Amino acid sequence: MTQTSLFTADARTTKRNRAEKRFKAYGLTAISIGVFMLVYLLYTILSSGLGAFFQTRVTMDIPLVQEEIIKAEKGLLKTKAYKKIIANALYAELAEAGIETTMKEKELLGIISGRAPAELRSFVQENPDQIGTTVEFKLLAGSFIDGYMKGRVVRENAERSKNYSIAQLDLVDQMQKAGILKKGFNLAFITGNDASESSPEAAGFGPAILGSLAMMIVVAGCAVTLGVAASIFLEEFAPQNRFTDIIEVNISNLAAVPSIVFGILGLSVFINYLGPISGDDWIKNNSAFVGGMVLTLMTLPTVIIATRASLKAVPPSIRDAALGLGASKLQTVFHHVLPLAAPGILTGSIIGLAQALGESAPLLLIGLVLAQGASAPDSIAEFFAGPNTAMPAQIYQWSTRADPAFYERAWGGIIILLVFLLTMNILAVILRRRFERRW
Amino acid sequence: MSFVKMSSSAIAMLALSATTLSARDQVSIAGSSTVLPYASIVAEAFGENTDFPTPVVESGGSSAGLKRFCEGVGENTIDIANSSRKIKASEVEICAQAGVTDIIEVRIGYDGIVFASQIDGPAFTAFEPIDIYKALGANQVVDGQIVGNTSSTWSDVNPDLPNAEIAAFIPGTKHGTREVFEDKVLLAGCEEAGALDVFLANAEGATDKDKHNAAEKQCIAVRTDGKSVDIDGDYTETLASINANPNGIGVFGLAFYENNTDVLKTATVSGIEANTDTIASGEYPVSRPLYFYMKKAHLAVIPGLQLFADFFISDDLAGPDGPLAEYGLVSDPELAATQEAVSTGQTLK
Repeated sequence: MTQTSLFTADARTTKRNRAEKRFKAYGLTAISIGVFMLVYLLYTILSSGLGAFFQTRVTMDIPLVQEEIIKAEKGLLKTKAYKKIIANALYAELAEAGIETTMKEKELLGIISGRAPAELRSFVQENPDQIGTTVEFKLLAGSFIDGYMKGRVVRENAERSKNYSIAQLDLVDQMQKAGILKKGFNLAFITGNDASESSPEAAGFGPAILGSLAMMIVVAGCAVTLGVAASIFLEEFAPQNRFTDIIEVNISNLAAVPSIVFGILGLSVFINYLGPISGDDWIKNNSAFVGGMVLTLMTLPTVIIATRASLKAVPPSIRDAALGLGASKLQTVFHHVLPLAAPGILTGSIIGLAQALGESAPLLLIGLVLAQGASAPDSIAEFFAGPNTAMPAQIYQWSTRADPAFYERAWGGIIILLVFLLTMNILAVILRRRFERRW
Repeated sequence: MSFVKMSSSAIAMLALSATTLSARDQVSIAGSSTVLPYASIVAEAFGENTDFPTPVVESGGSSAGLKRFCEGVGENTIDIANSSRKIKASEVEICAQAGVTDIIEVRIGYDGIVFASQIDGPAFTAFEPIDIYKALGANQVVDGQIVGNTSSTWSDVNPDLPNAEIAAFIPGTKHGTREVFEDKVLLAGCEEAGALDVFLANAEGATDKDKHNAAEKQCIAVRTDGKSVDIDGDYTETLASINANPNGIGVFGLAFYENNTDVLKTATVSGIEANTDTIASGEYPVSRPLYFYMKKAHLAVIPGLQLFADFFISDDLAGPDGPLAEYGLVSDPELAATQEAVSTGQTLK
């Protein structure tokens, strides 16, 4: 027997200690890789997307002359005439600021967004009393000029591009110095409608947010009611037998089914089968109602599993006490078990909703990816059944467009989507912290 | 308990608000991703300039769009299918079976197909259809024998081309662009190389027509060893592939290239540079007309449909100085004839 001391570690102890240290190091590495990825992801998202929240605008006074407007309204393409009004006003504005330019009208108008004439026209239509006066407008700058202000467009490429010229960029520099051209916060990105491929500067996320909201209302209404009812029955009332076992296994399996499968299911069951049978306007392509139903199918297993877990967590002594005092089974469940399980159910439902909110694959199949045409709804029916799109679908749509300015928009959309998801998850955490009871 | 009440009242609210929508008052469009930007520009201008709501535009590819178009007549079907190729006789037949008989064909203009690569990648500046066929065609003829394609670099195909690995990204079969690529590049190159005659001599088939079809099929077959990749998505996907591979060559629409001149350069085809002038004059060989197809039966039912069609091809929009040309469409020299045909409602025979 060798002499051993408790103070000097023998070979086996050092080996065991080393193993522990190694394991700790592995764990730390794994966590740091995860944290690094997260930080990198957030950095990419923020650095690419924050630009979408700021937009370059040109401030100018536009005289609204009655004859010009009457003349403009006569043509087929009315905005073309309004373009002319803007060009003249811009020349005047430049002269007033002491900027000399020999630029032709077409090149000069390249600085202003193609949507500006429509902005001007809708102002005139809405405020006919302003005709005859001079009004100050903050008109959108074109996407390439905006890109120049944000550093995306550089001078070196101007020669090769037909979308902008060195002369335009020079003029923009002068306009910026004179304070005519400014970059400012862009609320229209959050509230405005989507725009066509030629005017990314005017594209907004509004219809996508509303579409997602409509779907979430449907999911919250259907998935939560159905899910909670199903779980209460399975947990509290159903007999334990083979049949309920099969149902249980299937629900767990359903939670693992890829979302695209639910999309195909929705397409064939809701749109191709139920739609023609019911003849209902709500059940058709591009309807948020159908989108919500499909997402309900997807969310249902999550809600059921969470609800059953929180029902199980209520100790049997509560049920026994209630039954012992003469309460019926139904009273026991609804007066005692369910209120105690509610925080857990709510948390599970919110997490299920958040999952549904970020889902895009099933929506692609039921036509909730619109290239153009989604706009703010004007009735409840249109809110749920009008042509709709959703946040993740809009992000996908933007990322497929030719103009690189849409890329920034797509990242901006991701930021908005993440803000929603974060809010929902924080809400879930708060609810759990405040109301959950430990036994 | 309050929770149950809350959710059941949400359901009740939904049921109450389930009033029917009024008849569709928006024009509904789907189809080709090449025509999509033009359709969405017109849709936006239509919303800005008229009292009708902005039409709904969806993407998906020419074939997918025409398939939806041929589903039937009625408010729950689309009014207009965009297509980057002419409708096929077989599609007209399918349409007719579903009751879609009076179809109005509208040619909106032309689009060029360009071969583009990374701006500072190898010097791909000039291609002949025969180069592309020899590099990408699955079946080649060597000394009168039909063999598989073994070339691995562009200089193998033509010593004048850079010594770079062959890596082509071409549109997938659901895109109309693919058909033009097959017809005007692969088939043309195949004929030029004399391979078509060899295929024809060896082709099996009962009639001359069958033989011809079989030979052409051999011509347009693309190699499947990974040197040529089908891109089923949009041009942005092709662009991403090119960005990742300095040797990559992609097939793009002219408009897409013009929006990305800072990262891409194009090659001439048969010595002609692709731009709106060479395409309008027909000099540039790889161009194709763009169409949309409209249901005549919907004209009376969907408000604004006739006006939308007239609007689309008006001089102000589709003309040489209009916003579509600005985006990259090559305007049709015979636009006036198309305008006439649309306003009188001429249908396909």
